[in-house]
Amino acid sequence: MSNAVAAEKPASTLQGATLPNWSPYAIAGGSIVMAVLIGLVGSLDSKIQWGLIAAILFVVGTYVIAARVEGSRQAKDRIATSLVWVAFLLAVVPLVSLLWTTISRGVKVLDVYFLSHSMGVVGDTEPGGGIYHAIIGSLEQVGLATLIGAPIGVLTAIYLVEYGSGALSKSVTFFVDVMTGIPSIVAGLFILSLMLMWDLGPSGFAGSCALAILMMPVVVRSTEEMLKLVPNELREASLALGIPKWRTILKVVLPTAIGGITTGIMLSVARIAGETAPVLLLVFGNPFINNDPFSGAQASLPLYIYQQFAQSAGSGAAYDRAWAASLTLIAFVMILNLVARGIARWKAPKTGR
Amino acid sequence: MDISTKNPEEAPPPTPEPFAAAQQRTARGATRPGDRIFLGLSRGSGILLLVIMAAIAVFLTYRASLAISKDHANFLTTFEWNTNLLPPKFGIAVLAFGTVVSSIIAMVIAVPIAVAIALFTTHYAPRKLRGPVSYVIDLLAAVPSIVYGLWGALILVPHMVGLFGWLNDFFGWTGIFSWDEGAPRSMLTVGILLAIMILPIITNVSREVFRQAPQMIEEAALALGATRWEVIRMAVIPFGRSGVISASMLGLGRALGETMAVATVLSPDFIIHASLLNPGGGTFAQNIASKFSEATPDGRDALIASGLVLFVITLLVNGAARLIIARRAEYSGANA
Repeated sequence: MSNAVAAEKPASTLQGATLPNWSPYAIAGGSIVMAVLIGLVGSLDSKIQWGLIAAILFVVGTYVIAARVEGSRQAKDRIATSLVWVAFLLAVVPLVSLLWTTISRGVKVLDVYFLSHSMGVVGDTEPGGGIYHAIIGSLEQVGLATLIGAPIGVLTAIYLVEYGSGALSKSVTFFVDVMTGIPSIVAGLFILSLMLMWDLGPSGFAGSCALAILMMPVVVRSTEEMLKLVPNELREASLALGIPKWRTILKVVLPTAIGGITTGIMLSVARIAGETAPVLLLVFGNPFINNDPFSGAQASLPLYIYQQFAQSAGSGAAYDRAWAASLTLIAFVMILNLVARGIARWKAPKTGR
Repeated sequence: MDISTKNPEEAPPPTPEPFAAAQQRTARGATRPGDRIFLGLSRGSGILLLVIMAAIAVFLTYRASLAISKDHANFLTTFEWNTNLLPPKFGIAVLAFGTVVSSIIAMVIAVPIAVAIALFTTHYAPRKLRGPVSYVIDLLAAVPSIVYGLWGALILVPHMVGLFGWLNDFFGWTGIFSWDEGAPRSMLTVGILLAIMILPIITNVSREVFRQAPQMIEEAALALGATRWEVIRMAVIPFGRSGVISASMLGLGRALGETMAVATVLSPDFIIHASLLNPGGGTFAQNIASKFSEATPDGRDALIASGLVLFVITLLVNGAARLIIARRAEYSGANA
């Protein structure tokens, strides 16, 4: 089909034959139709297989057609283009599927009752119950972790940018980078080994300490980037007025970068809010409401999801609760992300241009 | 600390005599109490971070040594995890194997796709699509791992049946892809889920590298009549190779330490299976999460010992990745 169209075009003497602009769409449509036909004839149940067959047909079809019309170099170019597009679509599929399932299954039991009740008197396999205790636990643990992690992270970044030079700052930079890669469960085990030494039971605060460890490197990195964006002229102007360095940092540098720093802290809060592994080891989970993060086991949203999934032996009611809690957690994380990005755009430091 | 030794880029070029004298005066002025306290606080936080890293290593090693001294089997080569036996016998052979295998599967799937998506955002996507594509990738990164785990166990696992049957039909003879029709809670499913989870970090770091590829060389290649793919192959990929390698290692670090997604999807046992499709095996992090609630005090120490091994592995992988990045450019993937 494309052959005929290409032949009709007035041939340029400088450029070889080219496929029309709509040809990728035509080939894509054709291969999807073919894949559906093959799927129906071969009675393949999985839609994933249909998609894979369509993708393969598209790539092969593009190559064959382009090689015949435009030559092999152009055909390779087109195949690379289509592979890159396929890769992008492949990444979108799980995201769409995940968001769609979470929303469609999550809204089933997500209501005011679900948000305002605990699991205290509800069996794991019975319907009912809610996530109030988990929300309280999550907010307290994440809040405490932020109180510990954010100041240390910001101060470290100030040290690295404003004071740092020499071996100490180099090694801090390197270990901050390495620390970003610590698996969350290892941070949990570290606090656990401290708790074993002092013979402490599980508590929300122990979880906060592990979360703070996970949070610090992220805060350091993002704050560092932001402080580096503050124009040196501002610092010099302030110092030239005879203002001490610490007041310069507090009154000139930090206010200029505050938008970006807030964004970084909020993004790291979003990251630790979804951490399950350290919470599982240190906070342990609790079906009842425990408002005191410093004593006794608490619940938390991610842990609640895991326990509803793992301890319910395939009960539909528990799965529904797990999805609803997932939806709450994703909504919380996404809102934090969106607000953080909004602040970043709104308060972006003016880079002196 | 005096002002003359702060930011290296801020330091004035070769100083004439009167300027240096002026600096001396400022330096004396800088030792006001407020300055000293503030410097102390910020330097203290930096040192605290180093202390935490050291403490993690020290405490894990201490508890691990307690556990290993009670272990009546070889910690590295034993194929069982019975911490409640008298005497206790446990070893990390199966866990190490499972961790490495699942991470390798994840890398094999994720790296090509992530590089392709990075190229898509820098060279292929229409200008209007670039922002939304990056946003989609950031969304993938923002989803908590436990939600991936739930989705993997309840949605991905049932959808793997078709693929597993197909792999078994055509490649079952290799042994690696043979399948006994069990639930597909196996290493391959775990690897695929991990691949989805590490895709964003590899994509984001690779994208930064490709963006820095020298524009002049790309334009020169285009002017000589190269196609877009030839430009990428000859100008962009050679430039970005080391960046992509370190991005992949950062992704590998994530995959090695991922806990909840593996714990929900895998149905574990303590046997090394030749087939990637049959359920079984385990990873360090998954084993800690699933065994923890029933563990005795000695069992907890044993789990900490396995966590120490995981810590050392991820430390090496991440350290190597960071060294590669640090050698070539002024950015890092920590924000990715």
